Amino acid sequence: MTSPFLFNNFIIFLSLNVKCFNCRLYFLSLQLYSIKLNFYILYILIAVLLFSFTAVFALFGVYAERKVSAFIQDRIGPAETGKYGSLQTFADILKMLQKEFIVPQAADKILFAAAPVIIFLSVYMGFAALPWAPGVVPASLNIGVLYVFAIVSIESIGILMAGWGSNNKYSLLGGLRSVAQVVSYEIPSGIAVISVVMIAQTLDLQLISMRQGISASETIKFLGFWDVSKTGGFLAWHIFQAPHLIVAYLIYFIASLAECNRAPFDIPEAESELVAGFHTEYTGLRFAFVFLGEYSMMFLVGMVGVLLFLGGWNTPLPNIGSLRLADWTTGIAWGILWTLLKVLLVVGVQMWIRWTLPRLRIDQLMGLCWKVLTPLAFLCMLISGVWRLMVMG
Amino acid sequence: MIIKKTINAVKTSWKGLFLTMKHIFALNKRRKSIDIKSDNYFEQKEGTVTVQYPGEKLPVPEVGRYQLHVEIDDCIVCDLCAKICPVDCIEIESIKATGAIGQTSDGSTKRLYAPKFDIDMAKCLYCGLCTVVCPTECITMTNQYDRSVTNISELTYRFSDMSPEEAEEKRKELALQQAERQAAKEAAAKAVQQKKQEE
Repeated sequence: MTSPFLFNNFIIFLSLNVKCFNCRLYFLSLQLYSIKLNFYILYILIAVLLFSFTAVFALFGVYAERKVSAFIQDRIGPAETGKYGSLQTFADILKMLQKEFIVPQAADKILFAAAPVIIFLSVYMGFAALPWAPGVVPASLNIGVLYVFAIVSIESIGILMAGWGSNNKYSLLGGLRSVAQVVSYEIPSGIAVISVVMIAQTLDLQLISMRQGISASETIKFLGFWDVSKTGGFLAWHIFQAPHLIVAYLIYFIASLAECNRAPFDIPEAESELVAGFHTEYTGLRFAFVFLGEYSMMFLVGMVGVLLFLGGWNTPLPNIGSLRLADWTTGIAWGILWTLLKVLLVVGVQMWIRWTLPRLRIDQLMGLCWKVLTPLAFLCMLISGVWRLMVMG
Repeated sequence: MIIKKTINAVKTSWKGLFLTMKHIFALNKRRKSIDIKSDNYFEQKEGTVTVQYPGEKLPVPEVGRYQLHVEIDDCIVCDLCAKICPVDCIEIESIKATGAIGQTSDGSTKRLYAPKFDIDMAKCLYCGLCTVVCPTECITMTNQYDRSVTNISELTYRFSDMSPEEAEEKRKELALQQAERQAAKEAAAKAVQQKKQEE
């Protein structure tokens, strides 16, 4: 009876050690040599690092969103604050920090105050399991995919709390719509993800990214016939390993737009009907947190998509003969760079779509989810099974 | 049915996305702010349309229909503009002169002083009725539109060129003249009465 327990402990001990080692590489300059202290300080440092990353990304994201929308609509966007308006969002957040906390008299005070925290925390905690580069992951979990999906769906509870707690008809409608939408869209996105997991045979996000490039420990084949284990590059990404995963990625991408309440699925916020939806009553820093959660969510779903389908931190450049592009552009710094670039590209596409497509009506939204995406996702899962058995042997 | 619909949705979405992408790439072209009377006004079809206002202004016609101006030397203080104004933004006070003061540029004789001729541009709705009724065409609309002020009272434009002292002086003159006339009238009346009594 004791042996599995011991074994388990040993595994945890090992993984913690590996983690510490990775982190120490980064914080060597901080001279944190005392092992015991080191351990906790590193955890706090990583948490702070992730938080500052989400904050900086939200500031950048809002600026980029405003610029992209402006360019699409033949305007120039923020232009007065700083060069090309680059300090606009910093000015905005400074303004927001000084604003008063207004709590509506009829609001449920506790739910109202807790909702922004839960919305942000659920997204923020999702980042904990996402690998950034070979060996660089805040918390390496062997059920990473499951963890991310579980923790991120807590966001809809936060949204429902915000909607209900505000005691305002617009907020409540927004909250209801959001939950209906998030719960429905988790199904196609979850099944699309399962079709990848079936190919990868693991839930560990680090292992999933590892088998999409030159560091793969098994033989991986481009479209199932050409061995690209040593070639790497974009040829080894999941969507090119099995072509039906392109469809799975599209399903995941569409569903992820709905999950982060972005246009064309922004009926929970629907400015033209619901003022601002579930966050109508929020002011100041609380509103900032809702916004922060929203933009972090964009990055998070984009990053999960990149990890599962688009090669994660693997380079898009393949080895061509003696031109070892993939070998040269693989490493920790490169990994972080590729992750960032890919995710920012996906976020850019999210913005592009938001400023192009009109909002779906609620019945169209549900119709799309249940009548188109879900059957397609099931089909992808089926093909994945067949692919795994027949093509990959 | 649903397959056809889906394919159509994908097609039309792509069409829209392609269109917006084209606009993103046209961002370094700037549409110039050209006069609406220009022949190629509608030729500019690409590029950003933003006019960065204080730094760059749209050309406006010289005969604009923006803020009001009063050429007070030409005003005969007939009060027609104040009467027609739908929002009562014009306030005029008048003092009768003791005689003809002079002539306006179109030859009308001025018989009234205007110690007060205020137009509250904050109330004005730019209908232009006052300019239509003005018999001497002294109240006009100009091509000035950018008058931001920090104090709203600055939006009350005062067109009178008389100082309060001058106005007081004219009032006294008028009162004196009226008193004289009254006295003359009374004297005449008395004379008539006396004549009647004598008869």
